Amino acid sequence: MKITKKDVEYVAKLARLALTEEEKEKFCSQLNQILLYMEKLNELETKDVPPTSHVLALKNVWREDEVKPFTHTKEILKNAPEKEGNYFKVKKVIE
Amino acid sequence: MGIYELSAKELGEKIKKKEISSEEVVNAFYKRIEEIEKKIHSFITLTKEEAIKQAKIVDEKIRKNEPVGELAGIPIAIKDNLCIQRIRTTCGSKILENYFAPYDATVIEKLRKADAIFVGKTNMDEFAMGSSTETSYFGLTRNPQNLEYIPGGSSGGSASAVAAKEIPFALGSDTGGSIRQPASCCGIVGLKPTYGRVSRYGLVAFASSLDQIGPLARDVYDCALLLKIISGYDEKDSTSINLPVPDFSQGLQGLKGLQGIKVGLPKEYFIEGIEPEVEKAVKEAAKVLAELGAEIIEISLPHTEYAVATYYLIAPSEASANLARYDGVRYGYRSTFNVQRSTLEEVYERTRGEGFGVEVKRRIMLGTYALSAGYYDAYYLKALKVRTLIKKDFDEAFKKVEVILTPTAPTPAFKLGEKLDDPLKMYLSDIFTISANLAGIPGISIPCGYTGGGIHLPIGLQILGKPFTEETVLKVAYAYEQTMNGKRITDNDK
Repeated sequence: MKITKKDVEYVAKLARLALTEEEKEKFCSQLNQILLYMEKLNELETKDVPPTSHVLALKNVWREDEVKPFTHTKEILKNAPEKEGNYFKVKKVIE
Repeated sequence: MGIYELSAKELGEKIKKKEISSEEVVNAFYKRIEEIEKKIHSFITLTKEEAIKQAKIVDEKIRKNEPVGELAGIPIAIKDNLCIQRIRTTCGSKILENYFAPYDATVIEKLRKADAIFVGKTNMDEFAMGSSTETSYFGLTRNPQNLEYIPGGSSGGSASAVAAKEIPFALGSDTGGSIRQPASCCGIVGLKPTYGRVSRYGLVAFASSLDQIGPLARDVYDCALLLKIISGYDEKDSTSINLPVPDFSQGLQGLKGLQGIKVGLPKEYFIEGIEPEVEKAVKEAAKVLAELGAEIIEISLPHTEYAVATYYLIAPSEASANLARYDGVRYGYRSTFNVQRSTLEEVYERTRGEGFGVEVKRRIMLGTYALSAGYYDAYYLKALKVRTLIKKDFDEAFKKVEVILTPTAPTPAFKLGEKLDDPLKMYLSDIFTISANLAGIPGISIPCGYTGGGIHLPIGLQILGKPFTEETVLKVAYAYEQTMNGKRITDNDK
């Protein structure tokens, strides 16, 4: 087994995902199975192949920085789980 | 013939000629939806009140002989990962169960200008991650052709709604086949445009370098009609391309034969694992194209067998970054577990653990792992390099041919539940569609036959083209469809 339960817990922490014990077990065996399949890519020699992160030959797309009116504040705040005035409310972040 | 049997083209003409009102049309489709929705469950949200209101406005404009848009009064269904202002946009997820979009996606703005009527939001695999529409938080969708089978996914709700005639056409999104594969499973037409053809602004992001919005319809003409409306440059999406948009449906009229068109059949798509009935139907379709004057050439796409591994590293990696925004702060679900005593970080973890379904969590884990320190080069970077090789395969092939003909999927629709607990098996069912996303090229799926043995499931034919040659792809599809019309496509029960 390449991935251990400890690895699963570490990756879950990185991804900010609370997993149940059952999920940890399941993902451990499934991720191993999936990553074993991915090993297939190592059949290919790619030392001199450039990576493609994007199919379009796009560089930075520039535009003028213009102020535009924004009127959706109320509708955006309607979706907030918790709010105060025009702010999103969360737990205290600093001690 | 009931109103719901008419195509979008026919409905549009009748509405403009005042033979029928948009309100009547919209009501007829809601009646149809009420009759069969219980059996197949295509929709997450229906917006009848608003739809009737919009239909009346269009009818009034037509009555007064005022100018109207190209899709005036025609109902349309929208996949539930596209934002319509003030309407719920769930992405099939608990985490967005009560999210009301504060703005319109660009494609929605364009459809509004065309005077189309939004009937509802269709069901989908959670965050578009799936090939069967079984991972939706709101319950699964069934294939209208056979209720024991999946409709395909992730745009399964849009595909089943079109196939069951609950709607003339619909929008879906395609990251690895999510328009073409359900179109194939349900026996309809679905097109993934070239990456950059359609603005992604207002599409909830899954894998940003692969996602494209596209049409699903009952025939090629309606597909072309809808594609024209949604295409075009948008300053709100820096990856949308500033190219003129052809009048795709106009280009189909008067089309005669396929003389001079070179069609490639890639040998790597007809290998072990493909169902014989599928292979037979696609090869017969190639014969039909040859009879229409096309030249059929065997080609090779040598890196085809690496596409699934490449895709299932790149897509989950991009997804793990895109889905980081669901933290229960600004919108969506927030966990209330042990609310008094938990820290902000625990709230994030609980919110995401409780709000996401199992397939989404699995992909976030896979993507986070592939991007994490020590594994980035071995997995993510390796996949990006193989993506270059896959794209090169197509560049080479398209020096010899204009379009490439393949099956859309190696098998017809599979049974509900069959692959749900075996993620790798599920991923492998995307083998013929994901290369087009990795290479950014356009592709369409059209019906080319049915399976036998009394099961009667549609088989899909995929036609792939060079970047920004949707016109050619549509023409080949249209020529095939017109030839087969009336003839009844290969039906192994007959």
